[in-house]
Amino acid sequence: MAEQIFYEDMEAGQELPPLVKHPTTRQLVKWAGASGDFFEIHYDKDFAQAQGLKGVIVHGWLTFSFLGQLLSDWMGEGGWIKKFRVSYPGMNYPGEDTVLKGKITRKYVQEGEHLVDLEIWAENPRGERTTPGKAVVALPHRKETVG
Amino acid sequence: MPQESAITPELRALVGKEFPPTTWEVNKGDIIRFAQAIEDPNPLWNDEKQARRSRYGGLIAPPTFPASLLNEGMMNLLFDTPTPLKRLLNGGNELEWYQPIRPGDRITVTGKLANLREGEGALGRTLFLIFEITYTNQSGEAVARGRNTLVRY
Repeated sequence: MAEQIFYEDMEAGQELPPLVKHPTTRQLVKWAGASGDFFEIHYDKDFAQAQGLKGVIVHGWLTFSFLGQLLSDWMGEGGWIKKFRVSYPGMNYPGEDTVLKGKITRKYVQEGEHLVDLEIWAENPRGERTTPGKAVVALPHRKETVG
Repeated sequence: MPQESAITPELRALVGKEFPPTTWEVNKGDIIRFAQAIEDPNPLWNDEKQARRSRYGGLIAPPTFPASLLNEGMMNLLFDTPTPLKRLLNGGNELEWYQPIRPGDRITVTGKLANLREGEGALGRTLFLIFEITYTNQSGEAVARGRNTLVRY
């Protein structure tokens, strides 16, 4: 597991190490099986095109899950996602890289918890933010670990 | 030109009504398979041995695991919405976590269609359906809450 990060070292404006995922049609089938989402726009090209789409699209929940991976890779075992959300103004397509990014917007202590607010998003290879969102993560602080 | 509302009286009548609960038994294999589908190798949701040495003392579910904990009534309404708008997309997802889901948990999924909104957007005439969901464990504690926006256009 990655080295633990601490609240004290966080600052607004800091960016998370980006995560690059390469969803394929094979992965979409795996996701359909694991999640129970069998909507045809994710594996049947004719169906997707009849719905006015360019082709099959990546499940929004899968891109959201990539953002979950971005956050958990970054925050380490000691961090906890309290809340996160995304919207899907754009599409991600299988066969294209999806780059997951995040940035700290605020740090604060609330009800004894050490929290950071983040802006998170997924980008397609054209640099478009297809999946913007926000997260609130609780982080460990050094005193609590030493004590 | 006057247009029939995408919010039919039949759909309107469903707002605020709780769906019957669906209960899922969460197995170790469900969690690992879910992590494999994301291709997320984090040991907390893949490797029981390593996870046992973590502060959680064992495997936990990855952050978006509630995606797989479907409520049947909600799914039926999603795919068979009483509205003239037939195309469907996911508009947004939100999760709030209170405690981890672990293998052996029995999670009861309850929820309702919380809100409807009609508009004109990039997709043309659009109907937003907002669902609110609660995930409760076998001890009666809420482990997570979700809010999902579905788009009909």
